[in-house]
Amino acid sequence: MSELKKIATREGYGDELKKLGEEYPNLVVLDADLAAATKTATFQKAFPDRFFDCGIAEANMMSVAAGLAASGMIPFASSFAMFAAGRAYEQVRNSIGYPHLNVKIGATHAGVSVGEDGATHQCCEDIALMRTIPGMVIINPSDYTEARAAVRAAVEYDGPVYLRFGRLAVEQINTSPDYRFEMGKGVTLRDGKDLTIVATGLCVTEALKAAELLAAQGKDARVVNIHTIKPLDVGLMVKCAKETGTIVTVEEHSIIGGLGEAVCSALAENYPARVHRIGVKDEFGYSGPGAQLIKEFGLDSEGIAREILENVR
Amino acid sequence: MKRLATTAELEAMANRVRQGIVTGVFHAKSGHPGGSLSCADLLTYLYFNEMNVDPQNPTAEDRDRFVLSKGHGAPALYSVLAHMGYFPVKDLETLRHIGSYLQGHPDMKRVPGVDMSSGSLGQGVSAACGMALAAKIQKKGYRVYCMLGDGEIEEGQVWEAAMFASHKKLDNLCLIVDNNGLQIDGKVEEVCSPYPIDEKFQAFGFEVTEIDAHNFEEMEKALNFARANQNGKPTVIIAKSVKGKGVSFMENVVNWHGVAPNEEQFNSAMQELLEGGNGDV
Ligand SMILES: Cc1ncc(C[n+]2csc(CCOP(=O)(O)OP(=O)(O)O)c2C)c(N)n1
Repeated sequence: MSELKKIATREGYGDELKKLGEEYPNLVVLDADLAAATKTATFQKAFPDRFFDCGIAEANMMSVAAGLAASGMIPFASSFAMFAAGRAYEQVRNSIGYPHLNVKIGATHAGVSVGEDGATHQCCEDIALMRTIPGMVIINPSDYTEARAAVRAAVEYDGPVYLRFGRLAVEQINTSPDYRFEMGKGVTLRDGKDLTIVATGLCVTEALKAAELLAAQGKDARVVNIHTIKPLDVGLMVKCAKETGTIVTVEEHSIIGGLGEAVCSALAENYPARVHRIGVKDEFGYSGPGAQLIKEFGLDSEGIAREILENVR
Repeated sequence: MKRLATTAELEAMANRVRQGIVTGVFHAKSGHPGGSLSCADLLTYLYFNEMNVDPQNPTAEDRDRFVLSKGHGAPALYSVLAHMGYFPVKDLETLRHIGSYLQGHPDMKRVPGVDMSSGSLGQGVSAACGMALAAKIQKKGYRVYCMLGDGEIEEGQVWEAAMFASHKKLDNLCLIVDNNGLQIDGKVEEVCSPYPIDEKFQAFGFEVTEIDAHNFEEMEKALNFARANQNGKPTVIIAKSVKGKGVSFMENVVNWHGVAPNEEQFNSAMQELLEGGNGDV
């Protein structure tokens, strides 16, 4: 997997938007003064008449998107996760979620890997916020290919979707020619019998590598990619718990309210099993290079393997 | 509080502050040079010659407060604070590094002299209103200054704050808009124009003055006016500035909003600034 160049999922977002722009004349893109960073500029260059910069005014942007969707358009509204999910939460909840409008939220720069900008920009709460909105689909793709597929799936689906992308260039793992994306379905990337590592976003690559490190220590880990956090693939979680016992979740998000808690609730109600959550503990991030912060927060392969060897029974 | 007597001294200090900005952003390999350089003169004047503050006692109860609502201008604020003596100038080289107290955006819990954490645009100005209101409640004489970007004022929250400030008669509050005309996606007037800025603030009940953001005499006049004003109206100073000011290849170039200079660019920027002279201050 290392021969291919690393590329950020937000690049996949921009590239697929442009492609979809050719196919869907009613697709429009809104941004809040971050077009170059979110990669909506890729769409803007191709379709300047269907791109609308809302300025630094995210709350307004979300409700404008709602109005567009209510009038037959397919709007994508973009900003950093912090401002899309955080700043504009209540607009997303009441203008988009409650009327179940066909708005796609393209949230980039999620998690601590946003890096040097520091805590004010490192959104580790967006999954939690979006999970509480009834009917909101949440997709957190693991690489460029999956990001593109997720954007397409979001357009093909009628209803609100929160798409979570990263700033950091990451390895490509979904490179097989028969790669298929199915919204709501987890993907088993590696089989194993001792435990299951359930990861999302850029942590999927790290989990795969962690499984190799664990194998060298005699632990046989299954690895599952959960790109769709809501609706969660509960069936697969139950199956993994039955077959491997312990589940370890890994996410670049707070362990409060994210993938880990979603898996905990699903299993508590359906097939109680031990779940160990790896993620950002109940704390804020800080400045530093993104890749280094992933290590600092124990979300890299070594950190994941260490945590499992030391703290997971 | 006049610490620098002449315009020449102010210019020399502002020049040092700019070197600190460029140095910090270069060592961080990231950050926001454009909007830091555009407000460097204003911040220099505010801290050295306007505000009642004491670097030896950064949390003094009666000190004047400053909120950098455009928090990405942190390199400018840090550089001014360092040159004031709040912490060593040398530490600017640790900006944005793991383990450094100099976070990418102002962090009041870590950086001595920072009165309010900021970084999410539009929020600092409301916090400044809270500080000004606290002074009124506690019958204290301190003043509150707050710097906003001209892109930042596209945030609805800024206008909620403006409504609040004038309705609560916060004449101890002085806003400064760093009007460099650029944001990230292009010219402010082309992205989603907030103009006319002066008439909007007038309509919201502010005293409005316009100055050249790189002219210390005009700053002094405007700030004297704001301080003397006790008619219940908050003041806004709309400061026409040049984004990237002082580093010629960065001036008015939108792309220098949020990228760091490489080594060659860093050297050339520092040389240009050094030629401006560090003066005897
Ligand atoms: C709420 C929020 N939205 C978006 C951003 C990202 N951002 C950082 S700086 C910036 C542009 C700011 O432009 P302006 O206020 O004109 O600042 P200046 O040109 O003086 O640097 C944006 C959109 C942010 N920090 N906060």
